[in-house]
Amino acid sequence: MTLALYVPVASPVHRAPAGLKLALLTGLGAGLFLIERLDVVVGALVAVAVVALAAARLPLRALVAQVRPVWPWLAVLLVFHLVVTDWRTGTLAVTRLLALVLAAAVVTATTRVTALVAVVEWLVRPLGVFGVRPARVGLVIAMTLRFVPLIAERAQRIREAQAARGATGMRLGMLVPLLVQVLRLAATLGEALDARGADAPVSPRDRRAGAPAP
Amino acid sequence: MRWGRRGAEVTAAADLPRTALELQNVSHAYGDRPVLHDVTLTLGESRVGVVGANGSGKSTFARLLNGLVVPSAGTVLVDGLDTRTQLREVRRRVGFVFQDPDAQIVHPTVAEDVEFGLTNLGVPADERARRVEDMLARYGLAGHHDHPAHLLSGGQKQLLAIAGVLVMQPQRVVFDEPTTLLDLANTRRVARVIDELEQHVVVVTHHLDLLTGFDRVLVFEDGRVAADGAPAETLRWYVDRLS
Repeated sequence: MTLALYVPVASPVHRAPAGLKLALLTGLGAGLFLIERLDVVVGALVAVAVVALAAARLPLRALVAQVRPVWPWLAVLLVFHLVVTDWRTGTLAVTRLLALVLAAAVVTATTRVTALVAVVEWLVRPLGVFGVRPARVGLVIAMTLRFVPLIAERAQRIREAQAARGATGMRLGMLVPLLVQVLRLAATLGEALDARGADAPVSPRDRRAGAPAP
Repeated sequence: MRWGRRGAEVTAAADLPRTALELQNVSHAYGDRPVLHDVTLTLGESRVGVVGANGSGKSTFARLLNGLVVPSAGTVLVDGLDTRTQLREVRRRVGFVFQDPDAQIVHPTVAEDVEFGLTNLGVPADERARRVEDMLARYGLAGHHDHPAHLLSGGQKQLLAIAGVLVMQPQRVVFDEPTTLLDLANTRRVARVIDELEQHVVVVTHHLDLLTGFDRVLVFEDGRVAADGAPAETLRWYVDRLS
């Protein structure tokens, strides 16, 4: 499993500000669900694919890798609509989601995590009046992207250890050792964050002097 | 130079005067479980090794040196700074490398993780970029700039963890079993990295070869320093005791 999706290529899409890309993604998401015309939604999907392959110069396999996990859900959604509504509504729903997933993949593949985090920190800055620390929010997002694949890897190791001792398939019994490992990891991570100066990160105002603009 | 919280330049930790690490009558317990008993030491040497059985107190000792653990009793001084009351300055001087690099790599990609500590210090973007590139080149990670950290090999992860600490230019570096999870080739590589460091280092390890050329070795046993001296004699005593 990989959530670190950035694909380093020199392209205008890579150079575009992260804030602009996220705003366009948000606008596309809202637009896709407001428009009921299948031809327009299919056009949007084609446009996103063209941007991904031609403008952002992303390898096809990188896009396929991002879309592959949602295929089963799209298939279920299509079958559901074929049974409950009709093929046109089902195709519209599936195409919408596919376009949105592809567009999100383009944003994450062309934007470094630090740039995405900087945008999120900028967005939550007004919450500072309620005591929210934007740098902390950004760190949580970055660590989520970092640790989801790591925890998946640890879960796989536990599955293998259990399989080596005769267990088969998914077992609830793996949750306890996984939880223990995650808690241990969290304790050491807390120490590591302290040791690397994250106990009191610089304020957004201080960071603006050096950090790239979102 | 180093950059402070408001962007003002302050003296880099590496440029500050070094005196010693001092433990004065230090005891520590986790709840009801004592792990260190009345340890008094002065470490002025450039290379100090720490060995001992699991549970002997050596990792707690290492954590005391940069304030990750504050002693239940006694005082720990880093170049005269009390870890209990001058924690921020102590941590700026003392970097810490953990056994499991996965637990200290916090960002998804290699360069972003090395940059993390510099961002916390308020270092300007151009200076951060320069130092990150320098570190990645020094530790053979230049080709992995945007590589997902979790896809690195074990040895590369440990090198990344070390780079993430050293980029902050600490004056001293504490390594807590840095080679325990590594194969022989990567153990040797990390040993070379430690050997080439200008900083004063304290290395906690089970790999006795790692301590070749060190100035001093401590042997911990049941929360006490059971032996303390030159590496050759001290390690011989330790090995004899185990056999």
